[in-house]
Amino acid sequence: MTARPGLWRVGMAVYARDLRLAFRRWEQAVQPVVFLLMVATLFPLALSPEAAQLRGVAAGVLWVAALLASLLALEFLFRADHEDGSLEQLVLSGHPLGWLSIFKVLAHWTISGLPLVLVSPVVATSLAVPASALAVVMLSLLLGTGVLSFVGGAAAALTLGVKRGGVLVSVLTLPLVMPALIFGAQAADLAIMGESARGPLLLLLALLVLSVSLAPLAIAAALRIGVE
Amino acid sequence: MWTWFHKLASPPHFYRIAGLTIPAFSWAAGLLVAAGLYGGLVLAPPDYQQGEGFRIFYVHVPSAILSMFVYATMAIAAAIGLIWRMKLAHAVAAASAPIGAWFTACALATGSIWGKPMWGTWWVGDARLTSELILLFLYLGYLGLRSSFDDLQRADRASAVLAVIGIVNLPVIHYSVVWWNSIHQGSTLLTPGAMPIAMKWPALCMLAGFALFYGAVLFVRLRGEVVRRERSAAWLREVLVK
Repeated sequence: MTARPGLWRVGMAVYARDLRLAFRRWEQAVQPVVFLLMVATLFPLALSPEAAQLRGVAAGVLWVAALLASLLALEFLFRADHEDGSLEQLVLSGHPLGWLSIFKVLAHWTISGLPLVLVSPVVATSLAVPASALAVVMLSLLLGTGVLSFVGGAAAALTLGVKRGGVLVSVLTLPLVMPALIFGAQAADLAIMGESARGPLLLLLALLVLSVSLAPLAIAAALRIGVE
Repeated sequence: MWTWFHKLASPPHFYRIAGLTIPAFSWAAGLLVAAGLYGGLVLAPPDYQQGEGFRIFYVHVPSAILSMFVYATMAIAAAIGLIWRMKLAHAVAAASAPIGAWFTACALATGSIWGKPMWGTWWVGDARLTSELILLFLYLGYLGLRSSFDDLQRADRASAVLAVIGIVNLPVIHYSVVWWNSIHQGSTLLTPGAMPIAMKWPALCMLAGFALFYGAVLFVRLRGEVVRRERSAAWLREVLVK
């Protein structure tokens, strides 16, 4: 009888599998980024292309657009696995489900959250954000998309098996991620105005720690209910 | 004590007890609210700063306190239902959510009407106000999630997980006036000496009245939930036919 694989190996196997599957359907994976780019293009058209005005709303626009873009992707987090039964196998595998769900969410974040962070400097520049603020904008989105993925993962797990769950996922996720939006947009705004964004960034980091440590428990409980 | 608890959790026993207590709760709630309203709107002196406008306090504060109290009840009941698989606990959570949502809506609406003459605006994106609004969204999300399952057991358990997640919002609402520079004033009701007795007793009457009103409505709704969940049980047919 072979020894049971260690937790890290199991986690990395889940992570690698999800990434491989996502890259095979890369058209789906790039949708959030396309969505973010398009929403960000709408604002100069709707408001005015004047740089000063755009700079005033840039932090909010960028954050709200990133939030909505990552909500779109949440639907794919557990849907396919639930339909083909592999989620059931994960639940039955005997490995701690909370641990496995951390890696599933991380894989999801790598596919849908990280690209948003990577294109954010381009979007921010198109909204007349000064180059000095780009690092803070990226950092705030890096922490923020993490919070979104974990909290949204809980909502996605709860709505497993619900018909037309897309709207419901957003309704459940948005109230819980509003604090992240407040601190993230505040950090980006402070940086754009040339001030230190240390405070809100630390609070955002605290939110990330909180959601990484608590959300997997909720996801595991919800997945167990979902596959019953 | 535990036998009492187990007895109460059995649907036939609860159905009977609830039927007996609903009139008592309703009358007590009605009398307390009537006394509180008379004391608050007629007897209490006008506020030295806010004038007569402060009287909306007598509806606003009890609704706001109840909005959080009902959520706490709902989340605790949901947790009990998840952990001990107690059917009646899930029913308590399910019956509480709409009541709590209305208390929250009431607190937001009265606060908004209060804010217009006092702050000069209907709404500000302030910590206390936003977190209370988030509470309303949590209630609505809970109701939405619950209604989207056909299977009652899955609806119970999935919405219970959501109720437990959402409890992180309660301390944020409560301490929002302490942690942040809020335009919303701090608690005067619970600070000793911050309010004269003539102003305070009607508020406490209203609070007790609102709490009893919640109890009465909760029991009415719970009886409905019990009927829905036990509709094929023999005891229910006996009770209803009698």
